Amino acid sequence: MKHIAIGILGAAALGLVASAASAATLDDVKAKGFIQCGVSTGLAGFSAPDDKGDWQGIDADFCRAVAAAVFGDGTKVKFTPLSAKERFTALQSGEVDILSRNTTWTINRDTALGLNFVGVTYYDGQGFMINAKKLPGVNSALQLSGAAVCVQSGTTTELNLADYFKSNKMEYNPVVFEKLEEVNAAYDAGRCDVYTTDQSGLYGIRLTLGSPADHVVLPEIISKEPLGPAVRQGDDQWYHIVKWTYFALLQAEELGITKANVDEMKTSDNPEIKRVLGQEADTKIGTDLGVSNDWVVNIVKAVGNYGEMFERNVGSGSPLKIARGINALWTKGGLQYAPPIR
Amino acid sequence: MASQEILREEPSRGSFINDPKIRGIFFQAVVVIVLVALVWWIAQNVIANLTRLRIASGFGFLNSRAGFDISESAIAYSSDSTYGRAILVGFLNTVIVAVVGIITATLIGFIIGIGRLSHNWLIRKICTIYVEVFRNIPPLLVIFFWYSGVLAVLPPPRESINLPFSSFLNQRGFYFPRAVWGDGSWLILVALLLGIAMAWFVARKARQRQMATGQQFPVFWTSTALIIGLPLLAYALSGFPLSFDYPKQSTFNLTGGFQVRPEFLSLYLALSCYTAAFIAEIVRAGIRGVNKGQTEAAAALGLRAGPILRLVVIPQAMRIVIPPLTSQYLNLTKNSSLAIAIGYPDLTAIAGTVLNQTGQAVEGVVIMMAVYLALSLLTSAIMNVVNARMALVER
Repeated sequence: MKHIAIGILGAAALGLVASAASAATLDDVKAKGFIQCGVSTGLAGFSAPDDKGDWQGIDADFCRAVAAAVFGDGTKVKFTPLSAKERFTALQSGEVDILSRNTTWTINRDTALGLNFVGVTYYDGQGFMINAKKLPGVNSALQLSGAAVCVQSGTTTELNLADYFKSNKMEYNPVVFEKLEEVNAAYDAGRCDVYTTDQSGLYGIRLTLGSPADHVVLPEIISKEPLGPAVRQGDDQWYHIVKWTYFALLQAEELGITKANVDEMKTSDNPEIKRVLGQEADTKIGTDLGVSNDWVVNIVKAVGNYGEMFERNVGSGSPLKIARGINALWTKGGLQYAPPIR
Repeated sequence: MASQEILREEPSRGSFINDPKIRGIFFQAVVVIVLVALVWWIAQNVIANLTRLRIASGFGFLNSRAGFDISESAIAYSSDSTYGRAILVGFLNTVIVAVVGIITATLIGFIIGIGRLSHNWLIRKICTIYVEVFRNIPPLLVIFFWYSGVLAVLPPPRESINLPFSSFLNQRGFYFPRAVWGDGSWLILVALLLGIAMAWFVARKARQRQMATGQQFPVFWTSTALIIGLPLLAYALSGFPLSFDYPKQSTFNLTGGFQVRPEFLSLYLALSCYTAAFIAEIVRAGIRGVNKGQTEAAAALGLRAGPILRLVVIPQAMRIVIPPLTSQYLNLTKNSSLAIAIGYPDLTAIAGTVLNQTGQAVEGVVIMMAVYLALSLLTSAIMNVVNARMALVER
């Protein structure tokens, strides 16, 4: 029922709050004093509340980075957990300022849904997980014909799944739930044989299952899932702030600026580092963007650079232990690349 | 002359302002204008904002390819079908669960309701406990009770429970053999229809005879024989064209046969049990509402307990029962949208998915509201017809 409520709320908000929504998001955000950030209802490594109720993960940290750029304080964020189905309406209606919720960037979402994706904070692909104890001998997704597959509704995953089984001429039985927890519970209870979602998600979900060691992630990756934050269309200034926050995180890693050394780096002789950190005389990079000139310093102080964010949440510093792979910087053979900050 | 004019004008002006009829029309017109203006203003705002936010609008998306699969469908559907067809599948699923739910809830409700008035202490108490338990638990919890509490503890597919007639029960649902109709099976259907028609005719004739002569005729047994016997005869005559597709074990699941999924089962059972508790109370109120004198008068005429209930009490009780029963039917239909919690692909679930895949929230919500409204109005209309037929006919 909740999504209907949000839908109606969204429709009502679209209808009634005409003037409020058309004002610049940056002004609105400054006036209310915090950023409203749409996250998942709980996906380890991306956005999930810890035992103290604080949201942790790459997606949550990204919102903190934007808050640091805008306010100089990474704690000025409020999180709104959204199901896959609720997320776009929540962003469209102005309920959240940023949607940072392991959301796949597609052309349809950029055009018909009226969103602007700012970049790819995590390059992912869809995979399958099975219970190896119950299904010995299955080691490829091509052996899954006839299986019952658990999937979350309203996702690209649901569409890729249909395409994959159709193109391989296999049968399957979709078991579709609206919320991630419901899918997890159904899979754990044995309602379906296979769990499919983004591969990073599968590793995270596996940790929450009854006996994680019984489950294996199959090797096939059946789709491209570039996950990234999105904002509403029609507000270029806000779009630029969010987009360049992402690039600043990458640029900081590329230049070796970390949470630990950012203050020393301010006095660096390297002109590029000085420029990025806003230490150049009469610099206008930050103010042109609509934030203070030391915005990159604030971002790195709040969440570290992209690499630190990655390792802390999904990489070696986390229980997920996902390798950087294609999410490494372009200088290290990965796909993460930022245009120059100058 | 002047005084005459004043006299003529005074009452007419006074009646214009004070005339309750004109005043009524005036205020109704004001309310209608305000309502229309409000709706128009909201519509304009929505259109303006959708355009400004560059969100696609209109119902054209209903003809695009859906791209997702649906687990249960009463009509042919694949991921190549359109969004419009996907919503139709969801609508049919809602109708199916609502119709079978309403039938089951009515049956359970009448049994429990009459049971609460039983002279047997045990039956009365069991029925009271049933009503108090199900009436006081939110329907969502009843659904979870069936889905997680009852059906989830069943064994996995490889250790299915074997039931009679090659049926199986496991975590993935209830499997039973599916009838495969061969050549000539249309004859069976014709025989069935013929049987029903003849049974109706016999019942009519019997009633007329009883009216005229007072002699009774065993209508029930004759009808049963006709409705069951004729199709059986046709089955034998057409050379036994019926065969069965039995469920078999395969790699993952049982395949073949007919599968009733746990999502449907738990929603159906939960809605039936929950609504039955309310219907039981309505039935009890209806029977209690019939004056005791009616029962006594019937007894004085020499009728036995069964015919008294069937011929005297229930027809009068129905007049009290039907209006609130309609509300319960509407509630059951609308409560079926709780299916979303357990993943039964009803209208709400599928329209929600469509809404999400296309991003067209306003259109999606409008479709959902229109369909539920139409469904509820239809149910009300049917029940009003039934009510009109049951109403007291004054002679």
